[in-house]
Amino acid sequence: MNKNHRVPSNRTLGAVEVKSKFGAEFRRFSLDRFKPGRFDEFYRLLQHMHRIPNVDLLVGYADVHGDLLPINNDDNYRKAISVADPVLRLFLQRKEEADYSAFGLDSLTRPKKTVLAAMLLRPDANRKKPPVIISLPRDFRPVSSIIDVDILPETHRRVRLYKHGQEKPLGFYIRDGSSVRVTPQGLEKVPGIFISRMVPGGLAEGTGLLAVNDEVLEVNGIEVQAKSLDQVTDMMIANSHNLIVTVKPANQRNNIVRSGGGGAASRSSGHSSDSGTSFYGYSSPGTAVATTPAHIIQNFHPEELESDEDDEDLVVEVDGEAVPIPRASSASCTIPFIPRYVPHLDLRTTNEALASRNNAGSLGTLSTADRSLEGRSLEEDGTVITL
Amino acid sequence: MKRFRRHGQESQRERIKQELYGFNKTVEHGFPHQPSALGFSPSLQLLAIGTRSGAIKLYGGPGVEFMGLHDENAAVTQVHFLPHQVELVTLLDDNSLHMWTLRAHHGVSELLEIGRFTLTGPPGAPPSVTCVTAVLAHSSGDLLLLGTEGGHVFVVKVPGFRELEERNISLEKVTNSVPEEYGGRRILEHVESLQENPVNQRQVLIGYGRGLMVIWDLDSQSAIKHIPATQQLESVWWTEDGGHVLSSHSDGSYCRWKVAGDDPQSEQEKSEVPYGHFPCKAISKIIQLPTEQGPPFLFLSGGMPRASYGDRHCISVIHSKTHVALDFTSRIIDFFVIRDGPGHTGEPSALVVLVEEELVVIDLQTEGWPVIQTPYLVPLHCSAITCSHHVSAIPLKLWERVLSAGALQNTHYSKKPWPMTGGQNLAPDPPQRDLLLTGHEDGTVRFWDASGVCLYPMYKLSTAGVFLTDSDPNDNLNQGTEGEWPPFRKVGCFDPYSDDPRLGIQKIHLCKYSGYLTVAGTAGQILVLELNDEAAEQTVEATVADLLQGQEGFRWKGHTRLEVREEPVTFPPGFQPFALVQCQPPAVVTALTLHSEWKLVTFGTSHGFGLYDYQQKNNVLVRCTLNPSDQLAMEGPLSRVKSIKKSLRQSFRRIRRSRVSLRKHHVNNAAKLQQANARLEAELAEMELAPVQRKIEPRSPDDSFTGLVRTLYFADTFLSDSSHNTPSLWAGTNGGSVFAYQLRLPPVECRGEDPVTAHPAKEIQLMHRAPVVGILVLDGHGSPLPEPLEVAHDLARSPDMQGSHSLLVISEEQFKVFTLPKVSAKMKLKLTAIDGSRVRRVGVAWFGSNRTDDYGESGLTVLTNQGDLHVVSLPGVKLQVQYPCIRREDVSGIASCVFTKHGQGFYLISPSEFERFSLSARCVVEPRSLVEVPSQTPSATLPRALPDGASVERRNSTRDGVAVLQEIQKSLEVDQTTFLENGTSALARGKVLSNGD
Repeated sequence: MNKNHRVPSNRTLGAVEVKSKFGAEFRRFSLDRFKPGRFDEFYRLLQHMHRIPNVDLLVGYADVHGDLLPINNDDNYRKAISVADPVLRLFLQRKEEADYSAFGLDSLTRPKKTVLAAMLLRPDANRKKPPVIISLPRDFRPVSSIIDVDILPETHRRVRLYKHGQEKPLGFYIRDGSSVRVTPQGLEKVPGIFISRMVPGGLAEGTGLLAVNDEVLEVNGIEVQAKSLDQVTDMMIANSHNLIVTVKPANQRNNIVRSGGGGAASRSSGHSSDSGTSFYGYSSPGTAVATTPAHIIQNFHPEELESDEDDEDLVVEVDGEAVPIPRASSASCTIPFIPRYVPHLDLRTTNEALASRNNAGSLGTLSTADRSLEGRSLEEDGTVITL
Repeated sequence: MKRFRRHGQESQRERIKQELYGFNKTVEHGFPHQPSALGFSPSLQLLAIGTRSGAIKLYGGPGVEFMGLHDENAAVTQVHFLPHQVELVTLLDDNSLHMWTLRAHHGVSELLEIGRFTLTGPPGAPPSVTCVTAVLAHSSGDLLLLGTEGGHVFVVKVPGFRELEERNISLEKVTNSVPEEYGGRRILEHVESLQENPVNQRQVLIGYGRGLMVIWDLDSQSAIKHIPATQQLESVWWTEDGGHVLSSHSDGSYCRWKVAGDDPQSEQEKSEVPYGHFPCKAISKIIQLPTEQGPPFLFLSGGMPRASYGDRHCISVIHSKTHVALDFTSRIIDFFVIRDGPGHTGEPSALVVLVEEELVVIDLQTEGWPVIQTPYLVPLHCSAITCSHHVSAIPLKLWERVLSAGALQNTHYSKKPWPMTGGQNLAPDPPQRDLLLTGHEDGTVRFWDASGVCLYPMYKLSTAGVFLTDSDPNDNLNQGTEGEWPPFRKVGCFDPYSDDPRLGIQKIHLCKYSGYLTVAGTAGQILVLELNDEAAEQTVEATVADLLQGQEGFRWKGHTRLEVREEPVTFPPGFQPFALVQCQPPAVVTALTLHSEWKLVTFGTSHGFGLYDYQQKNNVLVRCTLNPSDQLAMEGPLSRVKSIKKSLRQSFRRIRRSRVSLRKHHVNNAAKLQQANARLEAELAEMELAPVQRKIEPRSPDDSFTGLVRTLYFADTFLSDSSHNTPSLWAGTNGGSVFAYQLRLPPVECRGEDPVTAHPAKEIQLMHRAPVVGILVLDGHGSPLPEPLEVAHDLARSPDMQGSHSLLVISEEQFKVFTLPKVSAKMKLKLTAIDGSRVRRVGVAWFGSNRTDDYGESGLTVLTNQGDLHVVSLPGVKLQVQYPCIRREDVSGIASCVFTKHGQGFYLISPSEFERFSLSARCVVEPRSLVEVPSQTPSATLPRALPDGASVERRNSTRDGVAVLQEIQKSLEVDQTTFLENGTSALARGKVLSNGD
């Protein structure tokens, strides 16, 4: 697969060169870089170009690192267009004959773990195809991410842990301690909450984003200052299904350096084989961070966090069948049943469910894609630095 | 524009909130914790108690009470009223003196601190010179004599605390004016006592620790007489005629000295050791009072034979041939005697004794000297309080029946009215009759009149009679045998020793309309009781509820079930048990609810819950909630002994460590000091190395005690379909589960025969698995469903059955509203996720506006583990107000909190005291009382008293105005009640959740 990079100036052209391969046949055409259209239109275009109107296809493309990544929704379609360099190389397969293992780096098709995963990965209504395609590779699901890099001081890190539906323990302990703050009167010792221990094999350890002696500053957007250890414990447990902790890492060497950029800025989560993509990890290559911080933003909006576990209470009716409690229509904060392509910054795990695992391409949220479109001057010309 | 309008709505809501809610801690009920000083003003008829925590409390007639708190966190060691004034002086153990006064403000008196003072000795003098040991408030009202440890007496002008140095009575002056053999030969030691001559206020008796007493003339500044006692002095009393002085001594003796006549040395008339022969303990206080005809009363505290009765707490009262040693159950703090007559100089009428755990008042004018029941300062903790339950607005009928049952129990009390009459109680009559029930460790339930400022005991129910316990109830009765010496008589009711801890009451539920009561205890016993005005003999049959339901692998290591008496037991008039359920395993009952209309009782433990039909006396339903992997619940009662031991050991270690470092500090060597500091730092660092850790892990179904039933609730609602409402039972567990059962009740005519049935209808598992602490069904208008029989008694509007009902599930972490009959989440309020606090107590209350009588709202009153009180609106579950109330470290205070249905509440601030608080702006019960300057003002202070007297006149007129206002308000309230009764009001009355009480 292609690892060469074209001259960036080509990118300024409005057209994207497309080279599509189906079996032994090639087709070449071009797309408008600025108006790529929707995925289903693109899909029909491919069927038309190859003259295979009734064949179910699996669409893949080669990204800058030479990985074969799927195109199966608007998000990754736009992503593919935006990174075309300038040629977008497509590989079409018949669905029946699809070789799933070709995707990703070691994307073995894993067995479905939970019903939940299937639900989350359900395709949008426009899709003619069964959901299985979209979920390629099926169990991709973020387990952690760094968020709000744009609004936090460089010394702080906001980490989101997705405990949801997972067997693995969160796996960390907190303790009381004292921290030094700079005040108008000089340095002052104030009580603080610190991570005291990591459980080996736990989610927190696996992400590599939290470490012993990191000071906990916030829990789901609420400052912990002046709160007791027990209060903070209760807050964390109450939010454990979707925990967002803002920490001041004990080790400040891996902080994001926003000005100037450079590979050293990266602290990718990729060093753990079990960790999912951190969005930051994805965006860290090169000087990208410096020029387009928006690209990696996934801001935290407390109000959007509301009721994200609402649907999870179980009700057993007389007949004894367990069903998740649906939300009543009168709910104050409604979330569409089909959450795909919601045009707002939604933190629901569904939207991130497709984030690819090893930093290569993003199947990220629409917002990510949108912003990346705005930040056109983005350069992606290096491999991801992993620690 | 839109924004502007919304702002207007918000400010209007803020205004409504202000009219509905307001937080006040209003009054403390019960007996002050650790009292340390007692004072009494005969002219004001007020009693003052100081405590070790620095509180000062004043009590007069029932309802007249005041409280003050010293800024210093030091114990009050002495309290003295200035004679014939409204000022009092307190001495703290940090040697500071404080002047307090009762100042009238808006027609009610307030206790205010108006000055403080610490004696300053001459420069360079040791601190003992100014350490106050005795205080005399001189009857002139403007002098304070302070005797010190150094033996000096300082004279201070009050209320301004101006030292009158020229009038000080120094030790030198005294030794110069007594013969050499007493003054010079030995050191006199500290001033033990200061007494004024009752007939000549210019003469003062100074008693020194070593025994010597000197009569000092304030005018001539010289000693005119000395009393050469040789034993260590404990207390001095100058008889009323001024002719004799009584002194009591540390060897258990007392002496009478004649002080009349011109001889400078008094002679001893009599010396006696009342409990003689063998060595005796000190007589710490002696009082002798004359009677009109006949011999005087003599009161002695202590003096018991050291070896045989040295541990008794006794006051001996000797009058003519009657001699009684009153034997108290706790240490005597102090005592005084109230006397009859307008000048309070007549016959002794009552002996008032403050002991560490209660106040005992003895009627001295009735044969047998019976005890007078106190209207306040009741020892709530005579057996430790284990739970409490509040019932608002008791119907008059039930109230009277409980009162009459209680009256039959109190026949041994004196019939004389309460002898303390000071002040005027201006508080309006309570708008309704409220009952507070406390469950105790010894298996009793006490009924208190909680309507007003005074928590008055009404009735005591004992459940121990139903069971066979180890102790024989007759044990305590065979005391006081003939001819016993000393002639002991047990007084007081403080008895903290429980025969059998299994008898402890854990849950109480009273139906105020039917008079049915259910109580549940530590050993899984549930009694159903009925109010009966006659004594009755009956056998109580027990029904066993096997909550395990065949659960495998269970081993109960806890206590055994209580044995039930099989023979018939005679129950006195009052609440009599007629049904008993015993849970198996006999774990403590954690939830209990009674439905008097359906005649059902439901109960829960850590193993499951059951439904009992008390008409047919059988179990309708038993459900096991136990999780097989929950080992703790499987094995027995909660045992925290281990962890307590561990933490004790840790704290001891810490203390030892700090002692080591403290010792280092004392070494006067800079280098060593530095070394010690460094060591301390290192120790601190070490402590930080092994701090407390908390695991962050979501709750799992395998956690301990997930099956513990926290709340039970009956509701007539739409459980299965939206057109037919049916009776239902709801249970919530520690693991975040809710179980709903549909109940089928036979028609009334065959209620006695046809069985009641229960069918499982729904189960909800909350995703966050937090313990469910309350369940409530809201009707179509969003109001809580009324209580059973409330509608039948026309006291509540019938619930709206047209609109759809909703279910409110309150967990420790959040409030969540679901639709019914199809359970789907409607809205919620998160608590823990936002501020880290958790719900500990919850109740439903009705808040009336204090501006208009026809507006009010229902709301949830919530107490969190942080000690904060919240009001949450219904049905919108929005946080309305939040007030800090209890320290978060005060776990027992938080656990003891109970809410009323009108926005008030109680919690224990000590084992013996309830603090009453109010969250409602309208419904506030607080003391309002007025104490006036005594009319009998000595001439010396008359000019100062005059303006005050004038203001009294004014106050009287305002008081009339207040009375009129109260009258109006009362009539308005009556109107409002009828309004409610007519059912035209859109307001729902409060409904208490089945949480925890």
